[in-house]
Amino acid sequence: MSVGVYQSLMTWWLARGWFGWIAEAIWMVLMAAIVTVFIMVTVLVLVWLERKISGDIQSRVGPNRVGGRFGPLQTAADALKLLMKEDTIPEGADRAVFILAPFVVFVPTLLVFMVVPFSDKWIVKDLNLGVLFVVAVSAFPTIGLIMAGWASNNKYAIVGSLRAAAQSLSYEIPLLMAMVCVVVAAGSLRIGDIVGAQQGGHWFILRFPLQLAFLIYFITSMAEVNRVPFDLPEAESELVAGYHVEYSGMRFAFFFLAEFAHLFFVSAFCVTLFFGAWEGPWLPPVVWFLIKSYALVIAIMWIRWTVPRLRIDQIMSFAWKLLVPMGLAAVMLTALVRG
Amino acid sequence: MSERSLTPTETVVLNMGPQHPSTHGVLRLQLTLDGEVVTDCQPVIGYLHRGIEKIGEARTYPQILPYTDRLDYLSSASNNLAYLQAVEKLMGVEVPERAKYLRVILLEFNRIASHLMFVASFANDLAATTMFLYCLREREPIMDLFEMWTGARLTQSGMRVGGLAWDLPDGFIEKTRDYLKLLPPRLAEYDRLLSGNRIFRVRTEGVGILPPEEAIDYGCSGPTLRGSGVSYDVRRAEPYEVYDQLDFDVIAFPACDCMARYQVRMDEMRQSLRIIEQCLDRLPDGEVIAKVPRTIRPPAGEAYGRVESPRGDFGCWVVSDGGPQPARVRFRAPSFFHLAALPRMLRGWKIGDVVAILGSIDTVLGEVDR
Repeated sequence: MSVGVYQSLMTWWLARGWFGWIAEAIWMVLMAAIVTVFIMVTVLVLVWLERKISGDIQSRVGPNRVGGRFGPLQTAADALKLLMKEDTIPEGADRAVFILAPFVVFVPTLLVFMVVPFSDKWIVKDLNLGVLFVVAVSAFPTIGLIMAGWASNNKYAIVGSLRAAAQSLSYEIPLLMAMVCVVVAAGSLRIGDIVGAQQGGHWFILRFPLQLAFLIYFITSMAEVNRVPFDLPEAESELVAGYHVEYSGMRFAFFFLAEFAHLFFVSAFCVTLFFGAWEGPWLPPVVWFLIKSYALVIAIMWIRWTVPRLRIDQIMSFAWKLLVPMGLAAVMLTALVRG
Repeated sequence: MSERSLTPTETVVLNMGPQHPSTHGVLRLQLTLDGEVVTDCQPVIGYLHRGIEKIGEARTYPQILPYTDRLDYLSSASNNLAYLQAVEKLMGVEVPERAKYLRVILLEFNRIASHLMFVASFANDLAATTMFLYCLREREPIMDLFEMWTGARLTQSGMRVGGLAWDLPDGFIEKTRDYLKLLPPRLAEYDRLLSGNRIFRVRTEGVGILPPEEAIDYGCSGPTLRGSGVSYDVRRAEPYEVYDQLDFDVIAFPACDCMARYQVRMDEMRQSLRIIEQCLDRLPDGEVIAKVPRTIRPPAGEAYGRVESPRGDFGCWVVSDGGPQPARVRFRAPSFFHLAALPRMLRGWKIGDVVAILGSIDTVLGEVDR
């Protein structure tokens, strides 16, 4: 994670005349483990936070028993419950696809954390096409959703997964345009350069046409993580649970995990693109990064517990008739003003 | 399937319910879907059939009363009254004036509680979960008042042949007045949070149209009928108890859509508050139950009781053969007729609208299946 540590370790390793790629592999496995643990912990915190926030908004208490007054261990207990639940695969399901689907959804959401700059030194791999990597990889889970819906052999699931496909495809376009605005303004696809261009308080959110890009990014990211008002793929009151209706136990937990990990990712990436990533006074950079990300997560949760859900045709027309033209305008404007 | 479509597609039959979060109980809808669009709908009922009408034939008159609570369990007072009206007509009992006012208070509180439950579940169907909890929060004091008065929160059975079982308990009137002050600002809050919400409006306005003529043809009543612009209310058309002496408006909205049906209920809650306030102001002293014989044996004959329940025109037909048990009890449940109109309203709309339209007619399966 830390570039300095990595380099000194590599020097030490290579000085002994051992193969460089072994060190690289060990380092990557270590990083993957750290990122995975971080995501697991984050998801536990987020689920707890979501329950507490929804409780607060709905004038309820929320979790208040497990592990103390504020129920901090509630989600851990729930995760344990999911682990111990019976794992059912419905009759008539396409077993291989059914089993594979949760991982197809989960792995890409894990992968994108590779380019998240948690602090000035903490970034797993600052790819020189970081933004492109994010766009490419985060399009992947949609395939998993379709696989889940198809393999479940359930009508609710297939409707849910088709909705998911239509929705993510439509919303990826304005999302991409919002990112292009930032790329144009920063002049690079590398995350490090994008962050670097915002140094010294010149956050992109403060620069003229990029507020529009932020607005588009924020709305589309809510659609990408399937949250109300865009939660049609799972639409509890219509499709019961949508694409994961047939999943139980740990397989369901993987969808859940992926959803919350993705929620955190879109917020973290939003912070990276528009809010100067880890930049901030006094506190360590990583703390600032987490504070900003959590603030955005809370904003998304706040919206989720306030508004009703849109209908499928309304969602599509919103994307194609409003967000896409807005995105095009934002790209052109950014190119004119910042290009 | 449209003739112009190039790829051959098939319609799919989707069973929505009987176990589904938004079918309000155990309704099953057989939806024929063309993609997301509903081309046909067949409501399947009977999952909550308990044979209450048949049970009625083997119970004495007072024993039937608690069974009527279980018909439309969200407005048990209306069910009680429809049944009692029929029995009282058979017996020729005149209910004391105080009991009449108290019955109206009970009925109107029940109406508010039921409409709050409607707003809650309707909002929940559209994924506005927060509204659900807000409405239940406001419903809770009403349940407490019921408990204080009758000992039960949902199935009160507070009425008896000839009046009421109990007079108001101490402190009830003060608590009621507090509630009358509490609810209007909360309703205004709902308007701010939900009624004016852009998403809520695009989801409900113009959705699930039921033209007034068809609403009448289907036998719709209550807020479903008034949401189609027909200003018909049993409380006004055929006043019972003291409704003819009370000042209230019959709310009707001409839009014929889900939003109109929602607005009718929102405004009816405000009218119910008015009615309760008037009843409290005019509440006379006196007995709360008329002199009725210990064993109730109405003379042979038949009678029909009719009330405006929160769901619509609720009726009860009682046939007596002179014995201690009725020869036949029969209920007219408004939700049954609304369910019949449901396929007409659903056709051509999308899956997401199914829950909105079904929610907007506010069915209670307890009274449909009986």
